[in-house]
Amino acid sequence: MSGTWMTTRAWLLMLPLLVIMVAVIGWPLVDTVMLSFTDAQLVGTAGSYVGFDNYTNMLTSSNFSRTLVTTTWFAVVSVAAEMVLGVLAALLLNQQFRGRAVLRGLMILPWALPTVVNATLWRLIYNPEYGALNAALTQLHIIGDYRSWLGEPGTALAALIVADCWKNFPLVALIALAALQAVPRDITAAALVDGAGPFNRFRFVILPYLAGPLMVALVLRTIEAFKVFDIIWVMTRGGPANSTRSLSILVYQEAFSFQRAGSGASLALIVTLLVTVLAVAYAALVRKTAGSAA
Amino acid sequence: MERQSPVFTAFIYVCAILLAAIILAPLAWLFVMSISPAADLAAKPLRWWPQAADFSRYAQLLSTAENSAGAAFTASLRNSLEVAGMATLAAILLAVPAGWAVSRTPSVGWSLSMVIATYMLPPVALSVPLYMGLSHLGLLNNVFGLAMIYLTILAPFTTWLMKSGFDSIPREIEAAAMIDGAGLLQTWRIITLPLAAPVVATSALFAVLLAWDEFFYALLFTSDQRAKTLTVAIADLAGGRVSDYGLIATAGVLAALPPVLIGLVMQRALISGLTSGGVKG
Repeated sequence: MSGTWMTTRAWLLMLPLLVIMVAVIGWPLVDTVMLSFTDAQLVGTAGSYVGFDNYTNMLTSSNFSRTLVTTTWFAVVSVAAEMVLGVLAALLLNQQFRGRAVLRGLMILPWALPTVVNATLWRLIYNPEYGALNAALTQLHIIGDYRSWLGEPGTALAALIVADCWKNFPLVALIALAALQAVPRDITAAALVDGAGPFNRFRFVILPYLAGPLMVALVLRTIEAFKVFDIIWVMTRGGPANSTRSLSILVYQEAFSFQRAGSGASLALIVTLLVTVLAVAYAALVRKTAGSAA
Repeated sequence: MERQSPVFTAFIYVCAILLAAIILAPLAWLFVMSISPAADLAAKPLRWWPQAADFSRYAQLLSTAENSAGAAFTASLRNSLEVAGMATLAAILLAVPAGWAVSRTPSVGWSLSMVIATYMLPPVALSVPLYMGLSHLGLLNNVFGLAMIYLTILAPFTTWLMKSGFDSIPREIEAAAMIDGAGLLQTWRIITLPLAAPVVATSALFAVLLAWDEFFYALLFTSDQRAKTLTVAIADLAGGRVSDYGLIATAGVLAALPPVLIGLVMQRALISGLTSGGVKG
């Protein structure tokens, strides 16, 4: 069969997908770019051209810089904690013990739990008057009085990060476990015979096998953490005093609560650009890690 | 084989129990809240186990009596099922031919890479034009409109899964059928699709999970019982003035059941699907 016909046929088979993707992703993205140069409102006026005003206003506003810091903090701390907890859990699950299969099965539960249900669950746990966390900590005499974990700027973000980690570290654990099981037994055995201690065995024998898959998990989790909306919306709506407001929440407020479509669009594109830069940098890193591990 | 000292073995078991407790405690508490009488949940010190299990909230939420909490809940349950079903069906119909095409003709693969790269886009970057577009088409607050928007999330993912699935089916088998005179559709029907059936099933389940979990677009594009999905209904409950926390917990348990059951039943397939990208790097 001729190559040209094969290629034409492939394009024809892809056509439905590509048409839909242009309709629901391509066109809206282009439209967002055009909107971002106008002062359009969400409903009513189409707005007029304002050049880069939206961008300069946004980039110089204290709201933006504060939100960027909050989002970065959320992403860095939660992803780092998920990676560490995930690898530790995977190392544990890679040991021989009774009930291992059951425990591995349990790890799928937080991942399968819908994000909104997870957020609701933790919101109930953190409840200032009736929450389980307050009850447990006072009954154990760790704190004297009930606290408003989500109501105080000092603890709200940390409380969110805990909830996010609980849902996401099991996935990292499962990915790391799959990689651990690919480490040949004779290599770890040889390292043991050569007298390598537990730390050196992990660092020099096991980690190279983990690096590639973990990098991919790191990239995907960081991108998701940077785009975070759902868990924050349900638990705090960005409060108290905007202390947990992420970039996605800020875009939502700008475009939908205040109906400033043009300005919201410019902010959305700034976020997109940040995520893209992050992803490209990471992709380079993944390629490097994959190259050195092979 | 490494010899294990008793101390090390004990350490492993302590860690295993700790990990199990971390995973299970919040989930168990969600269930306990759903069956505890409201008075127990408001008691100080908190009662960790109900004196008498109370399953009435489940009946309350699943009842369809008009203007009850149940009516809103069952409506959102039905909307979630409809949106997830329609979006999954459409995503699979798009993904099977496209995934096959990329698998067999790598020279068009760059277009799939572009589609997958859209994963990086935060939904907020598309939300304003999508809102205006749906509003223009009269599809705001409409399950069909929402299902169409969900293709932004579902279609790239299912296509990628289908492509890796087709990659593992040797093209020689297809070539043999074609040499025997079978056309493309016939080859698909007799050879390719039966072999790819498990991958289609896994992709469909992933798609259902993604659609079931979706919140942002549903929050923006739906406003009442005609289209509101479960995630929005639960967020409403959690953020509203509901005084019975047990009722919120019950809604959470009911919404979590389908994906958790899918997760447990499909464990092996889901994990290999999740990790295939990771392990291949």
